[in-house]
Amino acid sequence: MTAISVLRGVGKSSKAGRQMDATWVTYLLLGIVLIVSVFPLYYTIVMASHTNAEMAASTPPLLPNGSIFGNLKKALDLAPLNKGLFNSLIVSSCVTIGTVAFSTLAGFAFAKLSFRGAGMLLAFCVATMMVPMQMGVIPLYMLMSKWGMADHISAVILPTLVTAFGVFFMRQYISSAVPDELIDAGYMDGAGPFRVFISIVVPAVRPAMAVLGMLTFLMSWNDFFWPIIVLSSQNPTVQVSFQSLATGYAPQQSIVMAGTLYGTVPVLIVFALLGRQIVGGIMQGAVKG
Amino acid sequence: MSVATSAPATTVTPPIRRRRLRKPGSRVGYAFILPFFAVFGAFAVYPWLDTAWISLHDTRLSTYNHSNWVGLANYTDLFTNSFFWHAFANTLTIGIIATVPQLCMALGIAHLLNYKVRGRTFFRVAMLMPYATSLAAATVIFLELFDKNLGLVNWGLHLVHLPELDWQGSKWPAQIAVSAIVTWRWTGYNALIYLAGMQAIDYSLYEAAVVDGASRWAQFRHVTLPGLRPTILFTIVVSTIGAAQLFGEPLLYHNGKADGGTQGQYQTLGLLMYQQGWVNDRLGLASATAWTMFVIIVVAVLVNVGLTRRRDRKAAAPVKVGASA
Repeated sequence: MTAISVLRGVGKSSKAGRQMDATWVTYLLLGIVLIVSVFPLYYTIVMASHTNAEMAASTPPLLPNGSIFGNLKKALDLAPLNKGLFNSLIVSSCVTIGTVAFSTLAGFAFAKLSFRGAGMLLAFCVATMMVPMQMGVIPLYMLMSKWGMADHISAVILPTLVTAFGVFFMRQYISSAVPDELIDAGYMDGAGPFRVFISIVVPAVRPAMAVLGMLTFLMSWNDFFWPIIVLSSQNPTVQVSFQSLATGYAPQQSIVMAGTLYGTVPVLIVFALLGRQIVGGIMQGAVKG
Repeated sequence: MSVATSAPATTVTPPIRRRRLRKPGSRVGYAFILPFFAVFGAFAVYPWLDTAWISLHDTRLSTYNHSNWVGLANYTDLFTNSFFWHAFANTLTIGIIATVPQLCMALGIAHLLNYKVRGRTFFRVAMLMPYATSLAAATVIFLELFDKNLGLVNWGLHLVHLPELDWQGSKWPAQIAVSAIVTWRWTGYNALIYLAGMQAIDYSLYEAAVVDGASRWAQFRHVTLPGLRPTILFTIVVSTIGAAQLFGEPLLYHNGKADGGTQGQYQTLGLLMYQQGWVNDRLGLASATAWTMFVIIVVAVLVNVGLTRRRDRKAAAPVKVGASA
């Protein structure tokens, strides 16, 4: 693959003078994009508050009403959504901490320490991003059963505790954001590599750690394939509880919609609050030639 | 340049000052990568290799630890099985329907966002809301929107006097609906990636193009697109890898059944592997499918990279003429 480098300082270098002014056509098109992006989420609220008969009417409803709360109560009886949310919070928090810590350590080594095989190991990491998740689940499931961890959330946490993407992301950031002179200054002062890592590297790359943390949390929160294999509907993550809600025997679609909404809204609220940072993070992680 | 990169750790020239520069030896790097590779080895690399081993056995859940060696029988089974080729074809068509329009739209949206737009953070965050919605939630929501009788999509078709479609039962509408879920979730994300790439393009190229009297379309065609080429390749590769292992959307689109629709009309390879392993209890065959998927992904990525490189070479000359003053 071509050389990939982290694009830095996207937000900082705002090209106020160089951008072309938007016309009304720009706003019109962006408005359409906005509606397509957000409308399905809004309409879930509508669907969650109307019966099948009301939805099948010749003019479907466009506004929600109060029956959404009754439907939500029924959804909570059908699927353990609260337990799912709680489990997802624990899983995603642990995975985020693990991924950020391990990736920063390994990323520092690949960026600033020289050791035999470093280039090969990093290339190996990058290449493994091509491995489909299907390739590991059977032995993993057997391993977790043998350890008595099947249907326990630690079985979801352990295998997802590290990602090759995280290591690559941190390596790129550390290479470009931490000058060699700064690290050498640390060695001059007699610090060892671990001291340099804690006192110089970590403070310098805290923004990248935050970005990786947000992306990892979201990825882990939305993870579906491995959790539905290793967890049961009695001890689910929120995604697994969506599955049992959707495949169960809800008498009305509105109940399924209310439950889905209930499990989705927390992450959407967090997302809306951190939106600016997440947008910046995705753009920082983007590649250029 | 600094000492760090030019001299090996063991032969550091003593600095002029009193203090000696104590560079870490070459071994300490391993200590930093050890935690990552310990977990990665145990829960990723080892399972991948074990899956290869299992694929050479007739493995069932009950006889997991003492299954019979069957050599390549699972692979011959797979390649002579019409289910496999059916799922392969579906993965390919859904992959194309789900990624090609998506990446084109993302490019267009990125171009729009690259204008001086008021409330740009608002637009960007709103566009990423689908990305924050999980695939499980999105599929459940779209299943309802595409419902034959209750869904808003058919109502809209009816409104403009088009025939209503069976978005679950018939083949192409179902594949389009599954692809729509993927497209909805990922377009905004890819638009941001493209936007980042666009903002990294040297602005003097645009100024030169304007001096040449290039229209906005010509600027897009001859400055933006060539500048974005590495980014575009990256998104194509990532989308290909994602599309090849599509699983959750088709599973939930048939209410959690692993058959990919009543006639398997949206059965994908990822779903087939799940069905073989967890529904039919043929773990050996499922493992063979998993490794086959890996090979398919590697081939698809190489083809994409190769095609882009070749187009680069072909396009290189005219683009330079168009872009330079």
